[in-house]
Amino acid sequence: MTSENILQVERISLSFGGTTVLDQVQFDVRAGEIRALIGPNGAGKTSMLNCISGFYRPQQGKALFLDKVERANSGFRRGANPAARSALTAGKRRVHDITRTPPHRVAQLGIARTFQNIALYTGLSTLDNLMAARHIHMRQSALFSALYWGLAQKEEARHRAVVEELIDFLEIAHIRKAVVGALPYGLRKRVELGRALALEPQLLLLDEPMAGMNAEEKEDMARFILDIHERRGITIVLIEHDMTLVMDIADRIVVLDFGTKIADDTPDAIKNNPEVIRAYLGQAG
Amino acid sequence: MAILRPAGDFDRSYEQDMALLRRPWHYWLVGFTLLAAFCLPLWGNAYLISTANQIAYTTIAVQGLNILTGYTGQISLGQAAFMLVGGYASALLMIHAGLSFFSALPVAGLVAGVVGLLFGLTSLRVKGFYLAIATLAAQFIIPWVSRHTFKEFLGGTHGAIEAPVPQIGGLIFNEVGRFFTLSLIVLLITTVLVFNISRTRLGRAFISVRDNDLAAELLGVNLFTYKLRAFFIAALLAGVAGALKAHSQRGVGTEFGYSLNDSIIFLGMLVIGGLGTNLGPFLGVAFVILLEDFADLLGGILATAFPELAPQLLTSFRPIFFGMAVMFFLIFEPRGLAHRWQLLKAAWRLRPFTR
Ligand SMILES: Nc1ncnc2c1ncn2[C@@H]1O[C@H](COP(=O)(O)OP(=O)(O)OP(=O)(O)O)[C@@H](O)[C@H]1O
Ligand SMILES: [Mg+2]
Repeated sequence: MTSENILQVERISLSFGGTTVLDQVQFDVRAGEIRALIGPNGAGKTSMLNCISGFYRPQQGKALFLDKVERANSGFRRGANPAARSALTAGKRRVHDITRTPPHRVAQLGIARTFQNIALYTGLSTLDNLMAARHIHMRQSALFSALYWGLAQKEEARHRAVVEELIDFLEIAHIRKAVVGALPYGLRKRVELGRALALEPQLLLLDEPMAGMNAEEKEDMARFILDIHERRGITIVLIEHDMTLVMDIADRIVVLDFGTKIADDTPDAIKNNPEVIRAYLGQAG
Repeated sequence: MAILRPAGDFDRSYEQDMALLRRPWHYWLVGFTLLAAFCLPLWGNAYLISTANQIAYTTIAVQGLNILTGYTGQISLGQAAFMLVGGYASALLMIHAGLSFFSALPVAGLVAGVVGLLFGLTSLRVKGFYLAIATLAAQFIIPWVSRHTFKEFLGGTHGAIEAPVPQIGGLIFNEVGRFFTLSLIVLLITTVLVFNISRTRLGRAFISVRDNDLAAELLGVNLFTYKLRAFFIAALLAGVAGALKAHSQRGVGTEFGYSLNDSIIFLGMLVIGGLGTNLGPFLGVAFVILLEDFADLLGGILATAFPELAPQLLTSFRPIFFGMAVMFFLIFEPRGLAHRWQLLKAAWRLRPFTR
């Protein structure tokens, strides 16, 4: 295995009843890249993310997550500080078989995601949605939550600072205290991205973050994704149907069709791959 | 609903922004309410005080249910049964283990909490309607156990044992005014704890399970242990409430209620007050208990006017009024009285531009 990989998907096969959704799919994700996952509707892209999140359990194969460091004392100190980050990258790596790990543990290991159909906590404000995602980094027990003054209050305020930094970054300060259920679609997508970032993941899985947006909102979202990637050094796996955009921002692309991988290459090579053109790009225009 | 605050009202730190009481009028309101409540025994008559006492301990039980159903989204039809566990635990600990009421009360809460935990185990596998049926099991099994096992301890088919009068030093809580003060203090404590839970890590984890359990799980919340925490806290508060009820009624057992009917009324109180709001239990419990008393009053008056229908008139108004109130709220104000209060506050802030 290459040491620079952060994720290795090894021959994953997934089926529901008789229908095969993924058939021996295999690819890797290098630390620090933007990796796109494309293919026609029903190709199995979302199912692939669900396997990586530990939510679907594939019948065969596995996904390995190569943790940068032990996360015991991570959390807060791992900010956007590049110096601290490279010091951590130099540290020890650990391999986790995430296909055999419950989803909440996968999140704790450092994998966060957004959902194709927005899955926010609709009754909470923007602020509380992001604070809720700080869950894995907070240490207060139920008892200290209930007692509040002292320990919990201090911890809340500390994490609030992290969340406020994200709110500024995503330009959602004006909806900080608005209940998210009532927000317009584009903003909800952005809050969901913020919630995933609040986990301070090493690997971010984005399932069609720009679907259903207008040109301007798409541009904003693309800018945020590039910023996250460059300034925060987060590795990204991106599912997206907008080909111009994918070709623009992805480093490498996996193409799925009916649950099998038909290509895995750089954007330029994918553009000219006859099989990809036949299965997907041709019809997409 | 975005919270509108008047210009010039801002916070200088996150601690300040997170505080519950921020403006002087918040302190005045809370201070005045507390003063009025604690003074009640000085001027209220026995009926008023005992109603207030009933409201106080019932609010604690409904606060627990609110954690479980309102915040975590797990429906439960067993809250009254967990009250029964708490009532028995505290009475038995005082009688047989010689504990004082003040050490028996928290232990009774813990005992009920553990029993609630056991029944909460089913929430790992089932949700919604099926979970309601599973918690119904608690509501059948626990009263049955109290009537048919350990008869010399639990009172057998009698359905009642004595619950001793609490006392501390020379102070004996033998009359309703004193007992109400006791219930009020316990309610004050549970209220502070519940408010704190709802604004911190634990509360957000509960709400995330309610609003989107799939997302919560994929973003690091261990669904199973958090559902169990909610069951534990709900049953713990039920246990504390049950102990207060038992000792204020001087007895505990199925003779004193704790039936499925009670569990359903708790849910109704929560709906009327406002599910998943901290104010909801207070408003819902007070509303329903006062409504029930009004129903009894009306029934009494009509029964004297039409003596031949007296038995029907005396018993039928409670369920009819309760049913109508729940239906009314579900249709016209599903977010409950707490939401009305929010609207009122917003209107006051925007005066004189409100209609
Ligand atoms: N839980 C499930 N049970 C049964 N079938 C499923 C399940 N999840 C996915 N599938 C099936 O797997 C196939 C792939 O679905 P998936 O959502 O992964 O596609 P996709 O590539 O994300 O498509 P789209 O671009 O439309 O989002 C579909 O045929 C779908 O019906
Ligand atoms: Mg999909």
